[in-house]
Amino acid sequence: MNAAAVPPPAAPRRRSGRDSAALLAHGEPAVWLMGGGLVLALAMIVGLLVFVLYQGVATLWPRPVERIALRDGSVHMGEVARDDRYRPADHVLAALPEDTAAAARAALAAADGWAHRRLLRTGNYELTGEHFQWISDYQIAAEDRPPWAVVLERMTWGRFYGEPVAFHVLHYTDEFADQADPAERRRLRREQALRMAREMEGTPSRRVMFQTGLRLAAPAELPETATVAAVVEIWEGAESAWAQFAAWHSGVRERWQQRRALEKIEIGRINQRREAGRHRLRSAELRLERALAAGGPESPAAARARAELDRQRIEFGRLDRATEEEFLRIRARIAELNRENSRFRLVLTTAGGAAKTIELADIVRGYPANRLTFGQRLGVYGARWREFLLDDPREANMEGGVFPAIFGTVVMTLVMSLMVVPFGVLAALYLREYAKAGPLISAVRIAVNNLAGVPSIVFGVFGLGFFCYFLGGHIDRWFFAAKLPSPTYGTGGILWASLTLALMTLPVVIVATEEALAAVPGSMREGSYACGASKWQTIRRIVLPRAMPGIMTGMILAMARGAGEVAPLMLVGAVKMAPELPVDGIFPYLHPERSFMHLGFHIYDLGFQSQNSEAAKPMVFTTTLLLIAIIAALNIAAVVIRTRLRRRFHAGTF
Amino acid sequence: MNVVIADPAAPERGDNAGRNGSGRLAAVARGESVPAEIHDELRQERHVLEIERFSLWYGEARALFDISLNVPRGKVTALIGPSGCGKSTLLRSVNRLNDLVDGVRIEGSMRLAGREIYDRAVDAIELRKRMGMVFQKSNPFPMSVFENVVYPLRIDGERNRAVLQEVCERSLRGAALWDEVKDRLHESALGLSGGQQQRLCIARAIAAEPEVLLMDEPCSALDPLATNKIEDLIDRLRGEYTILIVTHNMQQAARTSDYTAFMYLGRLIEYGPTETLFQKPRLIETYDYVTGRFG
Repeated sequence: MNAAAVPPPAAPRRRSGRDSAALLAHGEPAVWLMGGGLVLALAMIVGLLVFVLYQGVATLWPRPVERIALRDGSVHMGEVARDDRYRPADHVLAALPEDTAAAARAALAAADGWAHRRLLRTGNYELTGEHFQWISDYQIAAEDRPPWAVVLERMTWGRFYGEPVAFHVLHYTDEFADQADPAERRRLRREQALRMAREMEGTPSRRVMFQTGLRLAAPAELPETATVAAVVEIWEGAESAWAQFAAWHSGVRERWQQRRALEKIEIGRINQRREAGRHRLRSAELRLERALAAGGPESPAAARARAELDRQRIEFGRLDRATEEEFLRIRARIAELNRENSRFRLVLTTAGGAAKTIELADIVRGYPANRLTFGQRLGVYGARWREFLLDDPREANMEGGVFPAIFGTVVMTLVMSLMVVPFGVLAALYLREYAKAGPLISAVRIAVNNLAGVPSIVFGVFGLGFFCYFLGGHIDRWFFAAKLPSPTYGTGGILWASLTLALMTLPVVIVATEEALAAVPGSMREGSYACGASKWQTIRRIVLPRAMPGIMTGMILAMARGAGEVAPLMLVGAVKMAPELPVDGIFPYLHPERSFMHLGFHIYDLGFQSQNSEAAKPMVFTTTLLLIAIIAALNIAAVVIRTRLRRRFHAGTF
Repeated sequence: MNVVIADPAAPERGDNAGRNGSGRLAAVARGESVPAEIHDELRQERHVLEIERFSLWYGEARALFDISLNVPRGKVTALIGPSGCGKSTLLRSVNRLNDLVDGVRIEGSMRLAGREIYDRAVDAIELRKRMGMVFQKSNPFPMSVFENVVYPLRIDGERNRAVLQEVCERSLRGAALWDEVKDRLHESALGLSGGQQQRLCIARAIAAEPEVLLMDEPCSALDPLATNKIEDLIDRLRGEYTILIVTHNMQQAARTSDYTAFMYLGRLIEYGPTETLFQKPRLIETYDYVTGRFG
């Protein structure tokens, strides 16, 4: 080897010795940046979840009842909803009475100008016209937790805070309707009342009085001429009154539930039968009209239609009488239940000293908030959650449960998934497996991807125009002509909402499926072809099963997006109140044309459309929590299925 | 079959070696047409597959040049040659798997049992059912062992459980896999080891009793032990099936095959009995290749 031919060894390239360059080269700052991004994202997500969780979980917890007497002499009682610190403006202090203002100024000076105030949920809306009251600390003269303060959740007027005074049990006297003479009737009722009163005597804790008209009278001062409607047993004192309440309340609630079931199910069934009969009649009329228009009054078709119409008229008359009878029977049963329930009343005083008599049937739940043990508190909490999850809403959705909304959300999401997955998979299969790659296919792909960026409200408008008005309108004209002009399918409904959302989530499924199909190894396809399989057999038996986990991923993403969507639903069928579920026991059991409640829409409605936003706010959190939980549950179910599939396809490869 | 490869250090060339061989490969590289050296022993065989002046283009690029090669029935024929010489392409042309590739064009003829393969009237799907194929990388389907083996029958619509079970057992026994998997027939095939997976693919390939078994480097992704098993298996299948095997491994070709074809840059160079080809090839180029001087 010739030494001269070897080039002199090159001087080693000068390495820049700066630390920053080395740092950049190692990618250290990039790692920090990525970590920071992750931490920020996590902090926001976890923060939101924890906030929703805390607020949502605390909403239904029964809190103690405070009684606060103010310096101006008024007394308020209720639960503390929240509290904060603020700086009272001068004109607020100036408006206060002299001594209060002085105390307030002193307190403010000590606290650097800050005042503490609490929002008291005082309820008793029909008496005070307020649900809530802000109370600043400097206004307070005295404050305590009365041992017998009770919280009543009512069917109407919201909550009631007060102390029980008495419990009335009425024993109605008979009507003696067969007695023609009013004086004789009066005498008989009176005699019966006195006999009942004598039998009741002897228990020290109760009094017996007579109800005449709207007034109560003691036996001694019962006017001669009065008609005694009922004998009233009266338990006086908070403790015995409450004991009676506890004894009777569940029975009253049971009767109330029976009544509601009768109203909802039985009467609903009767109405439905009448409606169906009416539609048959109307259809016969329409047929006759058509026959007349087509062949004139003398044609055999017109004669047949006329005969049919006559038959339907007779039929409907029979149905009309039968349903009317049944209806009256049910009404009688409802009246009976109502009368039985109206026997029980609770008399309370409010913190302001006003007396209030509340019928037991009107009370959903009552509890002595300051006497509850922890276990009892948990019991109330659990009962409230049960009501929230399983009951219908009441009082403009602010109280009661959200069961119809849960049901609507889940059904809509499932129907949407059932619609979107087959369509998306078919479209993706064609795009990926059959279509020849070219500018047209690229354009289609771009269009599909852009579809994902279209605002959801646009889909809502499209759904309203196409599904509801166009498709639904035609369905109505062809199949439900007898019901027109009131629409059946020609308006928002759960089917149209599901289809609209399916359309909206279609790009997600198509893109995910295409990816999954592309990820199926070519060697598997070749193996199948080499066995003599056709293209379709290869796709059906090899490619699709293998791509299933990826397709499931698309479905999961679509479900998550669809379940949380609200804007388009407002146009195509989600409503504030829809106690009739899209699935029920009345033929044909599935009612895809019905409008429905949706948790997302419910949140919007509670948060922004309710009259009493302060009371609705905690429910917003609880509902949000529930919606998140439902979406998570649906997703977890899908993920479990996907994991099973994956395990089947990827086990043990190495 | 046991053939000892000639020792390069002590060259003992065949009678004809060196006579017509010089510069042959260079000529091929220049794109000139060179006649293949085909040994006479092949004339005495009955051929199941006859390839005549077969050429193939991938778009503009020509991959095969006028290949004429007959595959004897019931024998193992190995295709050897350096990478990119077109052995796999030729193999995949036999069951028309190249049809699936865009822009493939062919010329010439290929006959299976006397019937033209590339005839318009021939359905590629029906044709593939008459052949089995084993790939370089094992490709079991994402289903149970049982379903993998009976896949060719399933796509023919066979539903009879007894028939399927019988075929499954026979094929797995044929592929020397039965004893290892008989207790886990209904577990995922993807849980098997690499060698087992490849034998499963062989079982699948012979399930439909093919006329020709095509093997595209069946052992290149396997460890020596698994390779041994597959080679034993090929030995057992000899006589029962006609096997056309592509291999990179000279020893493997020497060990397993009856006939060997040496290909270079899309052309057939020499084709003859394995023993002759490895010990006394007629061409110096073949000699150089089998002894590892190039390639």
